[in-house]
Amino acid sequence: MNVPVPDPSADDAILNVDGISVWLAGREVLHDVRFRIMPGEFTGLIGSNGAGKTTLFRVILGLQTSSTGSVLVGGRPLTHRNPIIGYVPQKVFFDPDMPLRARDVVGLGLDGHRLGIPLDWGRRRQAVDAMLDAVDARRFADARVGNLSGGEQQRVLIAHALISRPRLLLLDEPLANLDIGAEGEVVALLARIAREQRIAVFISAHDVNPLLPVMDRLVYVAAGKTASGTTAEVIRAEVLSALYGQHVDVLRVHGRILVVAGAEGPPGVTFEETDGVAAGPGVVSL
Amino acid sequence: MFSGFMVNTWIAATLVAVIAGVVGFFVVLRGAAFVAHAIPHGAFGGAAGAVLIGVNPLAGLGVFAVGGALGIGWLGRRGRHDVATALALVLMLGLGALFLSFSVEYAAAIYSLLFGEVLGVPSDELLPIAGLGVACIAALAVLYRPLMLTSIAPEVAEARGVRAQRIETGFLLVVALAATMTVPVVGVLLMFSLMIGPAATAGSLTRSPRNAIALSVLIALATVWLALAVSYLTNLPVGFFVGTLGAVWYGGARIWTARRRGRTASG
Amino acid sequence: MNQVLRALFAPGFFASDPVHAALVVGAVVALVTGAVGVFTVIRGQAFAGHALGEVGSAGGSAAFLGGANPLWGFMGVAIVAAGLIELLGLHRPRARDVATGLVLGAGLGLAALFLYLDATSSSTTGVAVTILFGSLFAVSQQMLPSIVALSAVSLVVLAVCYRMLLLSSLSSDLAAARGVPVRALGIAYLVIMAVAVSLAAETIGAILATALVVGPPATALRLTKRPGGALVVAGLIGVAAVWLGIVLAYDSYYWPPAGHGWPVSFFVVALVFLFYLAAGAVTGMTQARRSRRSERAARRTASGCAEHPGDAA
Repeated sequence: MNVPVPDPSADDAILNVDGISVWLAGREVLHDVRFRIMPGEFTGLIGSNGAGKTTLFRVILGLQTSSTGSVLVGGRPLTHRNPIIGYVPQKVFFDPDMPLRARDVVGLGLDGHRLGIPLDWGRRRQAVDAMLDAVDARRFADARVGNLSGGEQQRVLIAHALISRPRLLLLDEPLANLDIGAEGEVVALLARIAREQRIAVFISAHDVNPLLPVMDRLVYVAAGKTASGTTAEVIRAEVLSALYGQHVDVLRVHGRILVVAGAEGPPGVTFEETDGVAAGPGVVSL
Repeated sequence: MFSGFMVNTWIAATLVAVIAGVVGFFVVLRGAAFVAHAIPHGAFGGAAGAVLIGVNPLAGLGVFAVGGALGIGWLGRRGRHDVATALALVLMLGLGALFLSFSVEYAAAIYSLLFGEVLGVPSDELLPIAGLGVACIAALAVLYRPLMLTSIAPEVAEARGVRAQRIETGFLLVVALAATMTVPVVGVLLMFSLMIGPAATAGSLTRSPRNAIALSVLIALATVWLALAVSYLTNLPVGFFVGTLGAVWYGGARIWTARRRGRTASG
Repeated sequence: MNQVLRALFAPGFFASDPVHAALVVGAVVALVTGAVGVFTVIRGQAFAGHALGEVGSAGGSAAFLGGANPLWGFMGVAIVAAGLIELLGLHRPRARDVATGLVLGAGLGLAALFLYLDATSSSTTGVAVTILFGSLFAVSQQMLPSIVALSAVSLVVLAVCYRMLLLSSLSSDLAAARGVPVRALGIAYLVIMAVAVSLAAETIGAILATALVVGPPATALRLTKRPGGALVVAGLIGVAAVWLGIVLAYDSYYWPPAGHGWPVSFFVVALVFLFYLAAGAVTGMTQARRSRRSERAARRTASGCAEHPGDAA
């Protein structure tokens, strides 16, 4: 499935996914997935809901075993609790009634998995403040996190994931439920983090367009199969048609990309399954 | 009001309030009110059993509370958590009903187990109560950070290697310890009120977890002291005052925050 | 045959009037709680169900104080509590949990007061025990028509709301989009549950009512996938638990300690719990077998289709 790319040496890759397949409840959710991510690279994981993005993340996090293939993180095999990886999950619901400030959430990113009482309060506070500055969240550091806007909560969660100094940051649909302004700000922040701190950012999304200006490479998932490479290499009619198993057109309109399911092929084909967003042939908001 | 038996009662009530305030914060944070109700309540069955065979009720409470906590954890992994809690609770209470029917000691003793008894704290029970209280606080201090993380973002906790299952069991055991120390003063039913009302009130008034815990303890103390004093003066059951005061604090706090929010919005 | 029957049913079982009443009341109540409880379990409202039972005991004890039948006080307070839980609970799970807890806490406070007053005002000891733990054999004959009527009304209301209730239990957003008044339906359901819990409290006591409301439905949902079937199965399991409980309680007069019957509530609760565990063990085994088989089958088809151009680049 791989589009030929200039082969970066496997040893340098921060993430090397090599031919993994995952079975869940008797169904193959991911099939022979392979791609690499280099340090400081900004990579998109593009696919519709249910295409297998979260499952792929769970494999990389060591929470889901794969039936075949291997995953190397920072050149080493997978372990549970990998300090190299920072993770921002898809849905974190902060109840507005919960007595919890933004800074408390970030602090838990530092040592939330440890038992016992933290001893160096001073240094902890400094680290949290520095992190809040880095994601431009200092002004609402002491606000109740449940009362913050979606974009602000996303910044807090990113700070939560970054404070343990990971080298690979996984974000599961961080742009879902954000308005366009907040979307742009979060993407710009992530691009800056990738560039300045050389942290590889691997971000899943169902729409490729917000990521276009900053994305180095992308991994496209459909029906459990993947294609990876640069945008120009992957978002092409031949590649996506092969992936979906039906004819697909790629249109470029005003710098935005639209993927359109072809009219040919048997009616009501796999499109409904592969892409929850589009019911039947029509324009997919990719 | 402050003589003889009553001094013991004041001390015991104070200890219970501190523990209920702290444990209650985590109960409210995790949305675990049902479990926090079920463990002390179910433990009543153990106390009834202990009375029947002539052992200290504290021991019976402890055995049932810990057994209930482990049982709910075990069943909850194999089915719906609230169903598991409900069934474990009724089983323990059913056993309690059985023990009661054999017991010669009737209404008054049962009533005080359920709803508390102002004049029921002998001096030699103060030390075990204090010991259990210290154990509760120490356990919560150790569990604090993973408990917070699993409450807020379970997926992140899992990805970072926190065993949510074990943390949950640890927490249930803390609730069981807290339940065990309640018999003499507030009774198994009202311990629950003391955990929910003050903690929910504190949560709606403060922003940081630490302040919320501190405020929760203060409100719990105020509740218990007030309830004891009024109960002593009116001769009505202390449980009545503990139960209703919790709801009163919360209602008051909600109205106050709503009015303040309305004022800042208009101004 | 005769001997078996005699071993199973202690002498006088079929001749006893209280036993007749208990069998009828128990069956009716078990059918209602079974049907109503299926939604309690699907909607994740076991806590609310339990809370209504305990809060209702405040009403039961107040009614006792006023000389009325506890059932009416029970039901009145339970319905008010249902309204309060819905009113305070908003739509967030955590807020609901706290709201239920607060209503329960306050209700318990009131129960403490009324039970205390009951005990001081009447010469009968053990009012607390009767109201909290109940006794099926003590159900008065004249309450029978009321219990049957209330049960019938609850079942009819449940049947009318059935489809709406199912849809809103599975997804409240979906139901709202279809024009179902989700909020009103939620309140209506809690009221039906309050009635069912009150009936159960009348039979096995306030704090054990939860056993009938949660146990048989949870067991049924483990055994059958179809919600309609679950209603019936839950009712039948409930009836089985209650009847068997009555038989055992009646027999237990001949068990040690001699001359002292074991409480029927205990048997009902224990049986409900055993049924739940047994259903879990049965479904656990069949499920493991089925999933192993389906994965093997799926692998076989997948490897058979390997030449199919799945990976086309």
